[in-house]
Amino acid sequence: MSELSPITVEIKGISKQFVLRHTRSIKEALIWFLKGRKGDLSAKFHALRDVSLDIRQGETVALLGFNGSGKSTLLKHISGVMTPDEGTVRTRGRVAGLIEVGAGFHPDLSGRDNVYLNAAILGMSETQIKERFDSIVEFAEIGEFIDTEVRFYSSGMYLRLAFSVAVHSDPEVFLVDEILAVGDEPFQKKCLDKIQELVDAGQTLVVVSHDLDLVQRICSRGVLLEHGRVLKDGPSHDVVEFLRSRTKG
Amino acid sequence: MTSLLDTPLVRPGIGQGLKDVFRRRYLLKLLVRKEIKLRYRGSVLGVIWSYVKPAIQFVVFYIAMGVFLGLNKNVGNYAVYLFSGIVLINFFTEALNNAAKSIVYNSGLIKKIFLPRELFPVASVFVSAAHFFPQLVVLLIGCLLTGWQPTPLGIFAGFAGFLVLAMLSVGLGLFFSSVNVYFRDSENFVEMMLMVATWVSPVMYQWTMVHERLGDFWFAVYQSNPVTVGVELFHYAFWSTTSGGDAALAAPPQLFELWLPVALVVSAAVLALGQFTFRKLEVKFAQEL
Repeated sequence: MSELSPITVEIKGISKQFVLRHTRSIKEALIWFLKGRKGDLSAKFHALRDVSLDIRQGETVALLGFNGSGKSTLLKHISGVMTPDEGTVRTRGRVAGLIEVGAGFHPDLSGRDNVYLNAAILGMSETQIKERFDSIVEFAEIGEFIDTEVRFYSSGMYLRLAFSVAVHSDPEVFLVDEILAVGDEPFQKKCLDKIQELVDAGQTLVVVSHDLDLVQRICSRGVLLEHGRVLKDGPSHDVVEFLRSRTKG
Repeated sequence: MTSLLDTPLVRPGIGQGLKDVFRRRYLLKLLVRKEIKLRYRGSVLGVIWSYVKPAIQFVVFYIAMGVFLGLNKNVGNYAVYLFSGIVLINFFTEALNNAAKSIVYNSGLIKKIFLPRELFPVASVFVSAAHFFPQLVVLLIGCLLTGWQPTPLGIFAGFAGFLVLAMLSVGLGLFFSSVNVYFRDSENFVEMMLMVATWVSPVMYQWTMVHERLGDFWFAVYQSNPVTVGVELFHYAFWSTTSGGDAALAAPPQLFELWLPVALVVSAAVLALGQFTFRKLEVKFAQEL
């Protein structure tokens, strides 16, 4: 990717600590306070440590690593769901995507209502939604079921509709967390083609996935995280090979 | 492509508070519409229930309280007196109860996608306002049947009373919904507070009784509760012209000159405090939920 492309995601030295054990009532907190605040009320866990990363426009980046390495947490920092304890994250343009299939879908609403609601959640305006509505339904291959309540959908239909809304939201930075593995083969291919199309149009893509073959196909750059640190950052092919060699021991 | 360079780098997840709610008002509209749609799903009468329930409540009040208990003797047209206060308290109770739970209730979304989280408590208040409307219709029918005369000041009082409680609900809703993420005691506390709210305002009784027992100073304290002022404004708006003579009982002196401004200031202060607390606490919502 050209060094001249503008930076769309700039991550500077971010760290994030999670509190593991929680007190959920005022009573417990009060007792702890009265006992002279002895000991920690909660255990802490470092999810990210001093992570720095610049992502430029049009890059396709895969965040790799084992469970608990911090890649989903990093993605949540880019989307703004979480804010870092230290360091800064800055993004350019609209950031949206599929963090989880159908977060924001309500089973008792019709497909149509859910498209409107979800698209608005992802930041689309009323006019944008109206313009793209037909295209969303067509891409999802939902057809006449669009006015049926979503709880009657098969899981495939559900996924297709959710994915379709997300790709049509047309953000500058598109985030995808582990969803490409679902759906049948033809639809998966259609999704990948669509993603490729968006990338060609200059969209930035950040993906979290365990599917290493898929990652190699759609992402040019790989970032390997381990225990919340960036272990390796380079062409996705190299990083995937590195990860595979480590797994073998 | 060059246009993207003109867009500044911004820190995601740092919102503008209630300003963002206004900016995303289309989403607010959809969220409110969703809740209203879901409320009566699968029921045959649907939205008619929203009219039937308060109408029955009104008839029961009229017969049981007005006729059997004889409260009409002390307070003319007691049913309208009681009902005009109750509809407002109903709105406040529902708005605050739902607003206080709204963040925890929508945790699935808040943990996954960034959006102005103030939307949820604010949407709860709007939904309650939509449910308040049928009760208002029933109240107005009751008023018209008992000789209600609309006056400009009366109509102003109705709007003012509603505005005061709407502001208060948003403010307290922001405060308790954000605290509820950390301490689930918050929603129980709200329920308790709302139970008290009916009794620390002149819904069942009259403000004169409080004044007689408490004297001027404590009565002023009593009056500085915006809920009290809201209820009195509603009495002025809907009941005073139907009461048959004792209209002065509707409102204490200086309701418009003094107590309404006080209520607006208190509600605005609560709103500011709610917004401040919410913004302090919201940065960690995703990991605490």
